[in-house]
Amino acid sequence: MNIVVCVKYVPDAQAERTFNASDSTTDRVNVDGLLSELDEYAVEEALKIVEAGEGEVTVLTIGPDNASDAIKKALQMGADKGVHVIDDAIHGSDALATSLLLAKAIEKIGRPDLVITGMSSTDGIMGVVPTMLAERLGLPAVTFASELTVGAGSVSARRDGDVASQTIEATLPALVSVTDQINEPRYPSFKGIMAAKKKTVDTWSLADLGVSAAEVGLDAAWTKVTSFEARPPRAKGTIVKDEGDGGAKLAGFLAERKFI
Amino acid sequence: MAEVLVLVDHVDGALRKTTSELLTIARRLGEPSAVFIGSGFDAAKEGLAAYGAEKVYRVDADLSGFLVVPQAEALAAVVAQASPAAVLVASSPEGKEIAARLAVKLGSGLITDAVDVQSDGAGGVATTQTVFAGSYTVKATVTKGTPVIAVKPNSAAPEAVSGAATEVAVAFEPSALAQSAKIVSAAPKAKTGRPELTEAAIVVSGGRGTGGDFSKVEAFADSLGAAVGASRAAVDAGWYPHSHQVGQTGKQVSPQLYVACGISGAIQHRAGMQTSKTIVAVNKDEEAPIFELVDFGVIGDLFAVLPQATDAVAVAKA
Repeated sequence: MNIVVCVKYVPDAQAERTFNASDSTTDRVNVDGLLSELDEYAVEEALKIVEAGEGEVTVLTIGPDNASDAIKKALQMGADKGVHVIDDAIHGSDALATSLLLAKAIEKIGRPDLVITGMSSTDGIMGVVPTMLAERLGLPAVTFASELTVGAGSVSARRDGDVASQTIEATLPALVSVTDQINEPRYPSFKGIMAAKKKTVDTWSLADLGVSAAEVGLDAAWTKVTSFEARPPRAKGTIVKDEGDGGAKLAGFLAERKFI
Repeated sequence: MAEVLVLVDHVDGALRKTTSELLTIARRLGEPSAVFIGSGFDAAKEGLAAYGAEKVYRVDADLSGFLVVPQAEALAAVVAQASPAAVLVASSPEGKEIAARLAVKLGSGLITDAVDVQSDGAGGVATTQTVFAGSYTVKATVTKGTPVIAVKPNSAAPEAVSGAATEVAVAFEPSALAQSAKIVSAAPKAKTGRPELTEAAIVVSGGRGTGGDFSKVEAFADSLGAAVGASRAAVDAGWYPHSHQVGQTGKQVSPQLYVACGISGAIQHRAGMQTSKTIVAVNKDEEAPIFELVDFGVIGDLFAVLPQATDAVAVAKA
């Protein structure tokens, strides 16, 4: 079973995330970044599948220089090799361009049995790239898996929706996106950290993927951010200490605001 | 005037509230046309006409057991037929997946999680989104193809306007790809009788401070006719189902009133509720970051405060 896990290097949600004033893109350089937390679940799931059988886990990312940190973390966890798609012309790419680049890279890696992703990034949080990637690769997509079983030629997943908990089956090859309920991602061990130093990371440019610079990046994006604005901080509210009347005061506030 | 397609969000013909919101938004951009896929059309038709659908594209297909692929294919077929100015879908997990496949098929730009959609005055759309855990407001537009916009619930007040709802039958067969993933079984969730979390006008959520006992949170929610949410800490502890999680890795809600009970207000949680109109918190810890967001806060034990508030609401409503 060969698996490609797509990961993203994202600005840390604990930091002050912001935009580049010049072109309204997400600031990915001046804000500390890390492997998107939700992608750790995808890496862990791939490792579990390969460890229970055989095969190889390739971790794939697109991003600037520092995005290699995301690959490094995945290799430390136990992934076998990495692919880093990096090219200045990629800056400002939107979801459609990202899915195009991922699809081209996956074709170049050699079509895997399974592509695993997180449920969404923690910066853009659109959550659409996995499905777009499946559409481009002509694969079935099993999204938001909270449990995954891999059989011969098929996968079975549990998805917990609002109205029902579903069991979904798909034929391989397939793409699966996983939630944060699926497993408990491991911490890299000392041995894992040392082993990662010897693992191969290929860096590919647009030319390596056969994609023209005119197809990706900010100028080619299918969508455009026209403005961004920090939301004004919320006005300071009233805070009371419960002295046996906290509930009544709360109800009083709700009545005053016409909620009751 | 160009048509604007609205993918009807329904369960066997029972319309979800987002459908009337999307039709209302569509009217700002052009002539609203509904796209109805699946079974239960007769039950839905009247509701679509009541919110201004001039045309209804009807894709009669039994898609039970299928995932989103056939819906994206059917919608693409309608787009080819109608050449619309834009396509609107609900920004639910399923809606976003349909939109994602559609955008690739059409080579069109996709914007998700829009909280407002207006005409840009030049035949295009101008959307508003809130990003980075609600700390920024972003305006964006689609620059290529037919704009595909996924709109969050509660983004427009539905306006009743009667439309002709002229039926247009669309012939459709799912592809081989559509057959490659199927829902083989579904265990329905127990019905709570409470409103759906992302659509609810009021949400009452519980966190670590409940210690696993959500009874007081639920009772207060019921007194207000509210949906019940939970923080990640409460869900990870197994106290409440994941489908009720509010936060970055759960639901993003934007109700008129959000009541956080025993929730500290970590960034993970704030990402899911920070755009709520009015925010109230009950927490024992006066240092809890949630108090930075509130319109009204009570420093106190939720097991004392909530029952008293529940009784007071009952008295006020009686």
